[in-house]
Amino acid sequence: MWTWFYKLASPPHVYGVAAAFTPWFLGLAAIALGYGVVDGLAFAPADYQQGDAFRIIYVHVPSAWMSEFVYTTMAIAGAIALIWRIKLGHAVAAACAPIGASFTVLALVTGSLWGRPMWGTYWAWDPRLTSELILLFLYVGVMSLRSAFEDAARGDRAAALLSIVGVVNVPIIHFSVVWWNSLHQGATVAKFGKPSMDLSMLWPLLSMFLGFMLFFGAVLCMRLQAEVLNRERQAKWVREAMHS
Amino acid sequence: MSAGTQGGGAGSRGRPVGVWEACALIVRRELCLSFRRPDQLLQPLVFFLIVTTLFPLGLSLQLSLLRDMAPGVLWVAALLSSLLSLDSLFKSDADDGTLEQLALSGQGLMVIVVAKTLAHWLVTGAALVLVSPLVGMALGIPTGAFAIMMVSLGLGTVTLSWLGAIGAGLTVGLKRGNVLLSLIVLPLAMPLLIFGAGATDRAISGASVAGALYFLAALCVFTCTLAPFAATVALRINLE
Repeated sequence: MWTWFYKLASPPHVYGVAAAFTPWFLGLAAIALGYGVVDGLAFAPADYQQGDAFRIIYVHVPSAWMSEFVYTTMAIAGAIALIWRIKLGHAVAAACAPIGASFTVLALVTGSLWGRPMWGTYWAWDPRLTSELILLFLYVGVMSLRSAFEDAARGDRAAALLSIVGVVNVPIIHFSVVWWNSLHQGATVAKFGKPSMDLSMLWPLLSMFLGFMLFFGAVLCMRLQAEVLNRERQAKWVREAMHS
Repeated sequence: MSAGTQGGGAGSRGRPVGVWEACALIVRRELCLSFRRPDQLLQPLVFFLIVTTLFPLGLSLQLSLLRDMAPGVLWVAALLSSLLSLDSLFKSDADDGTLEQLALSGQGLMVIVVAKTLAHWLVTGAALVLVSPLVGMALGIPTGAFAIMMVSLGLGTVTLSWLGAIGAGLTVGLKRGNVLLSLIVLPLAMPLLIFGAGATDRAISGASVAGALYFLAALCVFTCTLAPFAATVALRINLE
């Protein structure tokens, strides 16, 4: 069973699979995102409290969700690579990090743009925004640790360990930030109550979720191809694939 | 370390060395090394004092205003000054090969990591706790809050030493790992800052500090249990 598994994770095989999946992921992502954007921005009813400004959630919430999902994926891939010494895991983790960091930046930017009309300021020390910011720092730490090593294999393993340590810390950071906020209640902007969502608003949001996931899959496949090629640049199959 | 220590748990005098004895020996060696270079021992403490001096200079002379800022100032300064000394935790021993000899000594690498981190805390964290009343006084923290402040700093610096041990283990093989070390450790230490400054803040205002102290203690126990494994793996990645 294990030989089968290792064969599945062999670089040429992964390269081929990633190449085959990319157009599918891209196509499906385009459909899901297309529906979500059109329905969410044009047809969903405006929020009774926030007006049309609420529509930014169609980008903000999926990207915030993806920022955590990608981090977890990266940590799991790193753990698999560390424990079973499967090199593919490092390639997946390395491909995940910049994507996740971009989602985090997107969530932060859209969050502060949303904060401007809602709270009257671009940045409030809201617990969610703060823990998102710390998540960005964690991403930056993992990425810079990986690139700091001259020996790429060592950098991979160090980054994998750091991402595992980080994933243990993410809930602690989240809850401590929430607790901290309740401590400083007077200083922060009071959070508005979240109205339960109407189905006509929810469908485009779910579609955007799906679209973001598929988009992540597509970008991951593309980056993974590049990672595998870069890591295997001395191998015979790469030369053959490039010359054919 | 003589070459004779390599034979499966045998000490340099040919008798087996137990885990506790090995631990005590390493702690003694580290303490001895630190006290032979007192300037290096004092530098983080002086840095701690200087950073806390910067805040009144930059903010205001009013003691009432300083008192509001004091917990945050105190904890940020403590965080920065313990980061400063982290670089020496494994680095000098790794550079001259002592760490490899220790790793080959037949004792588990984790024993070495635990002993070195403990010694590091004794000369940096514990010293910082002892100096903190001085800073507390300068920042206008009432003397009644000193006990809580020192307990929270004690718990916090233990946690910080362990988080730092992971970071120091990860960056030990790098030539210029200093800034990267801060980049790695500081985000992980943010919960510590929240609860530590929170506890001190509540002690000053006379509110109940139990919740924050429990959280600090929980974080301390949590890192003491898991961080040795992570730090050992981190070190092994660099030693192999």
